[in-house]
Amino acid sequence: MATKASRTAARFMMAPAVTLLLGWMLVPLIMTLYFSFADYRPLRNVFEPWIGFDNYERFVSSSAFWDSVTTTLVMVGSILAITVVLGILIALLLDKPIFGQGIVRILVISPFFVMPTVSALAWKNMMMDPVNGVLSHVWRFFGATPHDWLVETPLLSIILIVSWQWLPFATLILLTAIQSLDGEQLEAAEMDGAPALKRFWYIILPHLGRAITIVILIQTIFLLGIFAEIFVTTQGSFGTRTLTYLVFQRVLESQNVGLGSAGGILAVILANIVAIFLMRIVGKNLDA
Amino acid sequence: MARAASNRSRFGWTILAWIIGLILFFPILWTILTSFKTEAEAIAAPPSFLFFDWTLENYGVVQERSNYMRFLWNSVIIAGGSTVLGVLIAVPAAWAMAFQPTKRTKDILLWMLSTKMLPAVGVLYPIYLICIQLGVLDNRAALVFILMLINLPIIVWMLYTYFREIPGEILEASRMDGATLKDEIVHVLTPMAVPGIASTLLLNFILAWNEAFWTLNLTAVNAAPLTAFIASYSSPEGLFFAKLSAASTMAIAPILVLGWFSQKQLVRGLTFGAVK
Amino acid sequence: MGQITLNQVTKSFGETQVIPPLDLTIEDGEFAVFVGPSGCGKSTLLRLIAGLEDVSSGHIEIDGRDVTDVAPAKRGLAMVFQSYALYPHMSVRKNIAFPMKMAGVDQAEQDARIKKAAAALNLTDYLDRRPGQLSGGQRQRVAIGRAIVREPEAFLFDEPLSNLDAALRVGMRMEIGELHKQLATTMIYVTHDQVEAMTMADKIVVLRAGVIEQVGSPLDLYHNPRNLFVAGFIGSPTMNLISGAEAEQHGAATIGIRPEHLTVTQDGPWQGTVGVAEHLGSDTFVHVHGTGLAETITVRQAGDVPVRHGDTVRLTPDLSRMHKFGADGLRL
Repeated sequence: MATKASRTAARFMMAPAVTLLLGWMLVPLIMTLYFSFADYRPLRNVFEPWIGFDNYERFVSSSAFWDSVTTTLVMVGSILAITVVLGILIALLLDKPIFGQGIVRILVISPFFVMPTVSALAWKNMMMDPVNGVLSHVWRFFGATPHDWLVETPLLSIILIVSWQWLPFATLILLTAIQSLDGEQLEAAEMDGAPALKRFWYIILPHLGRAITIVILIQTIFLLGIFAEIFVTTQGSFGTRTLTYLVFQRVLESQNVGLGSAGGILAVILANIVAIFLMRIVGKNLDA
Repeated sequence: MARAASNRSRFGWTILAWIIGLILFFPILWTILTSFKTEAEAIAAPPSFLFFDWTLENYGVVQERSNYMRFLWNSVIIAGGSTVLGVLIAVPAAWAMAFQPTKRTKDILLWMLSTKMLPAVGVLYPIYLICIQLGVLDNRAALVFILMLINLPIIVWMLYTYFREIPGEILEASRMDGATLKDEIVHVLTPMAVPGIASTLLLNFILAWNEAFWTLNLTAVNAAPLTAFIASYSSPEGLFFAKLSAASTMAIAPILVLGWFSQKQLVRGLTFGAVK
Repeated sequence: MGQITLNQVTKSFGETQVIPPLDLTIEDGEFAVFVGPSGCGKSTLLRLIAGLEDVSSGHIEIDGRDVTDVAPAKRGLAMVFQSYALYPHMSVRKNIAFPMKMAGVDQAEQDARIKKAAAALNLTDYLDRRPGQLSGGQRQRVAIGRAIVREPEAFLFDEPLSNLDAALRVGMRMEIGELHKQLATTMIYVTHDQVEAMTMADKIVVLRAGVIEQVGSPLDLYHNPRNLFVAGFIGSPTMNLISGAEAEQHGAATIGIRPEHLTVTQDGPWQGTVGVAEHLGSDTFVHVHGTGLAETITVRQAGDVPVRHGDTVRLTPDLSRMHKFGADGLRL
């Protein structure tokens, strides 16, 4: 729908964004791929450009890798479950006619805007500290022995912290989806004699299906990259080392770049599997 | 949903909603409250909720000891710079994709999105190495550039969805009226898209402000923004509850306020228009 | 000062050719209307002339100057869009001034032209409002004002009245007609409404599937439609088209008779039952079924005719006004 001149202009206008992103994607990725086949340990001045799949073999065969995959899956899976289930419930609640809805909404979404390092530290020190944390005070109030969250249940603690951060996101999107549901449909169902639970099950939940899928996919993308929360709480110890954190340790802490790069490539592949599903949905939406 | 709920059930839902809202907000509230306590009160057992001697002392100490303003300034520069730069690059691209779509437009949009899904650790070392080679490790300009690239797909997407709502006929009218491409974008498209561009700026400023992978890994002293500043408190010697709270409050307060204004755009921006 | 010539112009979108080779000349000062059903390519043709789309092949000339590769702004044309396409963030004054600002017209001249256009279009009181605060008709006037101040070689109108309600449409139709008389500038007007075409045009161009079916004055098309398509498209209510034995009697594959050329009589050759009779007072439209000629025969009678649903009536055609078409659809 245009002229040659405007099409040419369009190409020029897109060029900077496309070139930059192409460079951003290709250059480092190719470098990582290259390093992943090399024995590259800069601190020891070792650089052997081609060692085949040794890094991959070593990375995959180490128990650290499988532990990190398990940790990642448990962490991402739990956070998704918590945020989606609670998100639906809170979204339903916020959709009710309540007094001060705007303020409650603000209270609920606020955690999303707290920078990850702050929220991790606030939870670690203000809430979960075994001596001074608010949760310890609560425990003591009920006569229980305070729980040392980050030492005794570090994985659970991180799951709680990150769920707290992402719950607003899930809630907000699900609330938007619920509000787009035609009220007359629910009234019709009510006239048809469907009780509240059935209305939820047969009308609201199917309507939310797409939004739930999107929440799951987008959160997965972000959650696979959780970093700061682990960095400032457990530093990856006590079974909280995710794949992302493991690669970070190999690359920057122990400077075994070859090994870490192999892990990085594996992380890319893992993320791409999720990404493909997300892109399908977004792509379909573009046509509509 | 224009149904009159009975006042009683409305009351019940209201109480429940407020309880949940306050529980979720509590860690933030507690951090803010603690920032006004003395260190002794901050670790008092049982803790006092509101009835303590309010003090601003912690804020002064944090500023004095850590040069808080420099971190704040770095955050502003990095988040603001990357966002503005990103929008400047994205406006023409989004214009092209929204008003001159071709068969490949959809593929390009999806491809841009896919770059956003690239796990950062996958490219951590190369970026680190490039920064060292170019001598821009711990450099604000480098972080501006990198965070711009991180958020560029979201910026392009958001602008694209906003631009698509502007009728193409108006741009054609300007072309008939003798506007050059530059006039068309500067005098017609941009003023019409001001709300959309503002939302895009806002949301991406927040995202960049809170970004905590590259800012932690690529900065040390000079370019470190607030994310890194707060992270430095995680070490044991920094464990002063009230001061940590003051620092945290300062780091999140401005963005919390901006965030409250951007809740609607959040949905749109982060779901790539798939949920409106 | 505004002769527009299309020379073997074609347009394809990808594989689909929407306009096969087409020749057309619009004379200077002429009011030409492109009319046809939706999707016939009339808007595309207008956009090709405007330069908003490239021709796939062929040439477009304005006053003998080849503008095929000239940017829209440089063709000396002004366009009024279906949605008016006003700039919502600018006041009426700035909207009208925009093309002059782009052309670098000096401020005094701009003011003078705006004042003149505003007076002509009854917009003087609204110059400082935003388009959003105006009614549909006023927006339409602003769009026209924005076109006038450029003093173009020709005006292009793309279904400008289709967003207005019926009453306003009639009024604007007259205003545009008067504007044309005043300015005596070439105008090309696209519409799907044949009434607009008939009432406004000096020259009507009937299009179907990108092909020009006929070019001529309104009455020329009315009296001498070149083919079945034009016959059926021009005139309201539409012409009755009858094929079969009755047509063969007149030596044609299809005969056409306009509703106003039929009379309800006692002893006419055609007989049928009244389905719906629309009594408008000034006219009566009688829809007759069961004639064995066509599903419905529409008759237009001046004044009030006392027929009702279910009546059996006889009809007499005015044979001198009958149109005859061959098996290929062309006029015999």
